[in-house]
Amino acid sequence: MYRFLGITLFGAALVAGHAHARDSYDHVRFGVDVPYEPMEYRTADGELTGFDIDLGNALCEQMGITCEWIEQQWDGIIPGLMARNYDAIMSSMTINEERREQVLFSDAYLTVPSAWFAPQDSDIETPNEQTLDGLTLGVQRGTLQDSYATDFYGDVANVRRYATADDMLLDMESGRLDLVFVNYPVGKTTLLDSERGDYRVVGEMIRDPYEYFGDGIAIAFRPRDEALAERFNTALAELQESGVYDQIHDRYFSE
Amino acid sequence: MELMTWFTELLEGNLIFTPQTLSYYWDGLVTTTQLVFLSLLAGLVLAVPLAIGRSSRHRWISLPIYAYTYVFRGTPLLIQLYIIYYGVVFVDGIQESIFWPLLREAFYPALIAFTLNTAAYTTEIFRGAIKATARGEIEAARAYGMSQSLMMRRIILPSAFRRALPAYGNEVIFMLHASAIASVVTLMDLTGAARFVYARFYAPFEAFLFVAAIYLCLTFAILYFFRFLEKRLLAHLKPA
Repeated sequence: MYRFLGITLFGAALVAGHAHARDSYDHVRFGVDVPYEPMEYRTADGELTGFDIDLGNALCEQMGITCEWIEQQWDGIIPGLMARNYDAIMSSMTINEERREQVLFSDAYLTVPSAWFAPQDSDIETPNEQTLDGLTLGVQRGTLQDSYATDFYGDVANVRRYATADDMLLDMESGRLDLVFVNYPVGKTTLLDSERGDYRVVGEMIRDPYEYFGDGIAIAFRPRDEALAERFNTALAELQESGVYDQIHDRYFSE
Repeated sequence: MELMTWFTELLEGNLIFTPQTLSYYWDGLVTTTQLVFLSLLAGLVLAVPLAIGRSSRHRWISLPIYAYTYVFRGTPLLIQLYIIYYGVVFVDGIQESIFWPLLREAFYPALIAFTLNTAAYTTEIFRGAIKATARGEIEAARAYGMSQSLMMRRIILPSAFRRALPAYGNEVIFMLHASAIASVVTLMDLTGAARFVYARFYAPFEAFLFVAAIYLCLTFAILYFFRFLEKRLLAHLKPA
């Protein structure tokens, strides 16, 4: 009985101590879904890199704190934040209403459109309900592209949902998919600029409707961490002022 | 139509379990059932001759079968599924072959992986049951002048199947649970539907508890089916 009580008290003390340490962050853990080239990926020697990574590290440096990156598959990335596996999500997450109900977003640090990609010899010109009828579309599960493709074409086309972006690209290469729907920089790096390279963009860049494509990409925090989000917003503004942001941007999005 | 209104009222105000997500779960149930049933059926058909071969005295028959069951029981099903699904595309000329329309889908590679896996386990279950045949029965069959094949058909296999029944019932349940990995190759099985709902509504508990309840129901159905079979077929083993 006493032993049980002791364990309970010890546990309670642990939880209390933990909560206290969380009030002022001098170390931030970012959740990130890798690979999503060029936003976040590993170089040949295994080093984590990408636009999000470099910007995140620069932000932490600006704030005078340390940070750490924790890999998390996309479909569990918001639950992982709530479960305190990390303190923030910096993984090309687009701000939209559905997510705003769950998490607190920083200011947007980038806006990217989405686009349809198909093999060069595909005969589709404009994606719509008629042209996509009966085709196989690839999306990453739980992304806004998944929601969009499911809601608009889920009834006519066969939507296949992948846990990771590279599984999807592998199936695109092997000819299992007629089209994939991803955010444009990722599609450009991994399909258009890939070694095989015989892919093209189908139709126009897609930025609406607003309820899916929202306000751009931002860092997501737990709703109670308003102070932390505010500190990141200040640091982001400073980096944009000082030109560091542009340097990082040009490193990954030079046209 | 009474049922329909009751159903809509039940779902009213529920953000996660809408008719749409329930239809995902339903499609998932159909896919899981098809996948498990077909792979078990094909696995069973494969396993019977393999088990006979595996208990053969000739090493050139039994050794290759042993190698097969060893490999498929010795590696995780998930790895086998990955190799068959993602590996098959690296075979030269596969995209132009007549098999590609089947292999292009996620269903058939998964079916192949599951069939080969369950066939390996079932082979070993049956082999054990064949080996455990009472010597007296075999000697009696020989004394009647039965040929090897007639003895197999009339004496050994019928009693071996009965002995294998409880173990095979477990294999069926394991197969149902193992089928949950089908969603990693984009199949929308029950787990795939749960993952979809989870990712879309950020609701792990609702999505996975609901699907766990469905798996439980399926498991109970299988359990009762095998209990019924055992009652009928193993009646002679019950204490009087």
